[in-house]
Amino acid sequence: MESISRVWKFGNDIDTDLIIPARFLNVSDQNELAKKCFIDVKPDFAGSIQNGDVIIAGSNFGCGSSREHAPWSIKAAGIKVVIAKSFARIFYRNAFNIGLPILESMDAWELFEEGDQIEVDLSAGKIMNKANGKQTMANPIPDFMMNIIQAGGLVQYIKNKDRL
Amino acid sequence: MPMTITEKILAAHAGLDTVKPGDLIDVKVDMALANDITAPLAIRVFDELGVKTVFDREKIALIQDHFVPNKDIASAQQTKIMTEFARLYGIKYYFDLGDSGIEHVLLPEKGIVVSGDLVIGADSHTCTYGALGAFSTGMGSTDLGVTFGTGRTWLKVPETIKFVYEGTLGHWVSGKDLILFTLGKIGVEGAVYKTMEFAGKVIRNLSMDQRFTMTNMAVEGGAKNGIIEPDDITKSYLSEHTNKQYTFFKSDPDASYEKILTINTNEIEPQVALPHSPDNVKGISELDNIKIDQVFIGSCTNGRIEDLQIAAKVLKGQKVAKGIRLIVLPSTPLVYKEALQKGIIETLLDAGAVLGPPSCGPCLGGHLGILAQGEKAVSTTNRNFIGRMGHPESEVYLASPAIAAASAILGKIGSPDDI
Repeated sequence: MESISRVWKFGNDIDTDLIIPARFLNVSDQNELAKKCFIDVKPDFAGSIQNGDVIIAGSNFGCGSSREHAPWSIKAAGIKVVIAKSFARIFYRNAFNIGLPILESMDAWELFEEGDQIEVDLSAGKIMNKANGKQTMANPIPDFMMNIIQAGGLVQYIKNKDRL
Repeated sequence: MPMTITEKILAAHAGLDTVKPGDLIDVKVDMALANDITAPLAIRVFDELGVKTVFDREKIALIQDHFVPNKDIASAQQTKIMTEFARLYGIKYYFDLGDSGIEHVLLPEKGIVVSGDLVIGADSHTCTYGALGAFSTGMGSTDLGVTFGTGRTWLKVPETIKFVYEGTLGHWVSGKDLILFTLGKIGVEGAVYKTMEFAGKVIRNLSMDQRFTMTNMAVEGGAKNGIIEPDDITKSYLSEHTNKQYTFFKSDPDASYEKILTINTNEIEPQVALPHSPDNVKGISELDNIKIDQVFIGSCTNGRIEDLQIAAKVLKGQKVAKGIRLIVLPSTPLVYKEALQKGIIETLLDAGAVLGPPSCGPCLGGHLGILAQGEKAVSTTNRNFIGRMGHPESEVYLASPAIAAASAILGKIGSPDDI
């Protein structure tokens, strides 16, 4: 899977209250959640995303609450992949479960400015800056998480295993 | 093979003799919980699974606590989804208004979660139950929805960091100060994916209410779970609260830890986490004249009876400073009733506090006490991220009930000794 898109940059310890403030959690409709994604820190975010854009963040992305509304709002807003130095554990698990692709890379943050064009090869983990051709490889996705992705999310993975 | 308490509980629930950090295991779940924000998503996932019924109607807990009493039409619709699901499947531990309180206070109080259990919850502060010597961790709604159907989940066995607290506790220093101090030391990424095991003489002397406060905030260090070995204090708590069978697991003396940190508590004064991170911690004496607008005492962190008792002790015969709003939400109906019987409610009212129903509301900027632009609050809660309790340009200072109560009287952040 390949996508060409623009970069949105964020720093370290981006918490779930920043991704979607709790006052908007009274609904679970994805499209409604998408409109409120990062509303307090980047009010123009949800309205300006082009389908296929990419978030590049620092460490501990998604820390804080367990709200699955956070990865849902990012996914429904049109973000194709989140690349971070590291992820908070509940967010990491949630992202795979709902089928929001995420990649861990220590180097990507340095390679991009906000708005740069980026090319991501998800299956290979290759990340490239389209402007200058610089590239890096993300950490390989653990086999177990890859199985969940290939099944199309946790629900289908569990169904396939016929454990019900 | 020697194991930690966490490893022993995980092994027991995976049907294995031993586990070690890094192992991927499939475990049976003793209790799976969700609240009015996370349950509707979990229920949608459960429906997608296409199973006939839930795995065990006595091992699911659904609690109305975040936006209750319903703050608007949308949140009323959410709780309705939960109510209908609970009725359809005969969920035993479904808590509607009147019975309901803040989940992480309510479930131990009602004896629904006990020592040795493996608990998952669609709420990050599910790690609270570690104070009982249970393994408990927060997950998302999809994980919970699947577990509603299967009774199982997968886990990666975490490394454990052991925190040993030695020394004595100073005046007005509580479990909240210990956990804030610890977060200040290790940072919000200090225990990501790991277990925080709290040990040492100081912990052994800590009440259950204060132990819950400490394990509650393990997630603020990024941890998978926080845990405390059960002892006579745990036993006495369980004898008052449950008829359920429980198991005491303890770490082997030669269990292996990623690291062991010893913290001397003699030097620890009351702690405050400054905006906008729970690890931005300073001692109370380092803070100078920070004027505030609101004080909130409550939440799954510090809304228990001992917390209200401490607040009342500080506020007895005092008045909340002019222009300051003091909001107190007892965390469960029982906490409320006990506070009434002990005269705490009267003391708080006399001081000028506003009492509200059990609810998570203000902690997450949901309702029942939202901050305006530029306002500052002292709060006994667990997070002070940007916009957490209201306007993105408001500020939250996290502290203990003693500091919160004193600050309400002073109109600025301070300790009871400053009154």
